[in-house]
Amino acid sequence: MIKAVGLRKSFGDFTAVDGIDVEVAPGESFGFLGPNGAGKTSTMKIIGCTSPASGGTIRILGMDPASQASKIKARLGVVPQEDALDADLTVFENLLVYGRYFGLPRATVRARAEELLEFAQLVDKRDEIVEKLSGGMKRRLTIARGLINTPQIVLLDEPTTGLDPQARHILWDRLFRLKREGVTLVLTTHYMDEAEQLCDRLVVMDKGRIVAEGSPRALIAEHASREVLELRFDVADHAERAADVEGIGARVEVLADRLLLYVENGDVALEQVTARGVHPMSSLVRRASLEDVFLRLTGRSLIE
Amino acid sequence: MVTTTQEVSDRRRSRIPFPVAFALPLALVERNARAARHFWLTIVSGFFEPVFYLFAMGVGIGALVGDVMVDGVAIGYGVFVAPALMATSAMNGAVYDSTQNVFWKLRFAKTYDTALSTPMRPTDVAIGEISWALLRGLIYSTAFLAVAAIGGFVHSWWALLAIPACTLIGLAFASVGMAATTYMSSWTHLEYVQLAILPMFLFSATFYPLSTYPAALQWVVQATPLYHGVDLVRGLMLGDLHAGLLVHVAYLAIFGTVGIWATAKRIERLLLT
Ligand SMILES: Nc1ncnc2c1ncn2[C@@H]1O[C@H](COP(=O)(O)OP(=O)(O)OP(=O)(O)O)[C@@H](O)[C@H]1O
Ligand SMILES: [Mg+2]
Repeated sequence: MIKAVGLRKSFGDFTAVDGIDVEVAPGESFGFLGPNGAGKTSTMKIIGCTSPASGGTIRILGMDPASQASKIKARLGVVPQEDALDADLTVFENLLVYGRYFGLPRATVRARAEELLEFAQLVDKRDEIVEKLSGGMKRRLTIARGLINTPQIVLLDEPTTGLDPQARHILWDRLFRLKREGVTLVLTTHYMDEAEQLCDRLVVMDKGRIVAEGSPRALIAEHASREVLELRFDVADHAERAADVEGIGARVEVLADRLLLYVENGDVALEQVTARGVHPMSSLVRRASLEDVFLRLTGRSLIE
Repeated sequence: MVTTTQEVSDRRRSRIPFPVAFALPLALVERNARAARHFWLTIVSGFFEPVFYLFAMGVGIGALVGDVMVDGVAIGYGVFVAPALMATSAMNGAVYDSTQNVFWKLRFAKTYDTALSTPMRPTDVAIGEISWALLRGLIYSTAFLAVAAIGGFVHSWWALLAIPACTLIGLAFASVGMAATTYMSSWTHLEYVQLAILPMFLFSATFYPLSTYPAALQWVVQATPLYHGVDLVRGLMLGDLHAGLLVHVAYLAIFGTVGIWATAKRIERLLLT
């Protein structure tokens, strides 16, 4: 579906995407996980044919964006990072007008728009001006809009950033439905739970490069342990206490406000900690996540 | 060589001429028409301004100045000034649509970014947006001409051709205006547009004949696009046809074509980076 080799994007002297290789298979859900400025949006725009690559090659549905942009775009659904809905139009008109941009017949677009209102759970907002929608509704409308041409690939740039947990879950549910229908999803996120929920496979991006690739489960297995024991102490600098717990588990990571111990079994590890006479102010046992993978790979947290 | 069905259908598609090539720009016209339904009051108000001018100038001032001599023929002042007001209002409408409105859509509403994520190309956006300005202008010109005829300011059936002439004026100003707008980065830049428009409105042989000026100044006036628009519309409305009108048509058409081309190039540079 998508195949990129040595893909690069630079703005003047600055390199936003620095030679990445990506391949996405039909029906797959593929994610770009990375912090702010990693180059996710830049990559998505190249795939969406609204930004020419500065180097490397890319083929989308077997076509080259440099020469066949319109033909590729006709088969893509784009959900940009910022909604960019048409504020002068109603919910329904947003769908209609966008469909007409594809040159689709009016009757086809109309029928499709009705279906999508249903899909986006916006039937009762049909004739509202979009300004009056909540953030979650706008996001759903943007996704619905991206589906108006029944695309083969849907590009979602941070589909749930800035939404409350309930709105996120509704969105995830809609995206699952798409995935079940066999649509290829390509998404970016800086939430690891989102990546774990939605992606079959993902790449971790940092500073324009890919630092790891695999399924969420495989990445966690490879770069983290099964469980993580978090310890908080009543000290200014947690580095002071790192030596006290050294050797318990595979690795100790020092953060500003806590220590992370990568262990097979968190409860057992906590017993070992107390057995050493170390008494943290509080402790938490959790499963390892992609956040831990990212920390391991870059030495930095994903969300600041 | 084996030709795939895909290739065959592609070739067939690229051979379908006019209507399909215009389907995408028309989608943007449709978008603007839908948006206009939510702002119908602004749309209606666009009609009144030139009509008010017509009666203030034609009837009010006309009573004071009496007749104007054009090429040795005396005509009423209202008859003289009506074509200029029609041409000017075509210019004003086109400039307003292609600067204020386009600036907003380009920089803030992201209307064109959205369009460009679909098969729409920068040329489709340029043509679509300008066509909308022309369509709107067409309605105003028609209405103005009807009012002017009822008011007794029109003396020739050739005046009907003033409507397409005004569309041509709109094309020239909308496309150059839109191209200029792509260079603007703040609202204050839009003030410069008024700075260019106002002297043209006042001095393009709008309110008095070109012969009023000294010879040197006549050349300056004749270089401005509005002069060509005013003289073209005036020739048609007075039924005074001559070959010079074709020069006006050519001048305005070239202006328009260059403007569309420049707009498409600029949109590509700004939005497809
Ligand atoms: N048009 C541009 N001109 C100059 N620099 C740009 C441009 N677009 C992006 N950049 C830079 O490229 C880098 C990568 O940006 P990009 O938007 O791809 O990051 P991102 O991973 O999507 O980040 P975020 O999570 O904040 O959306 C950033 O440092 C950004 O400042
Ligand atoms: Mg981004």
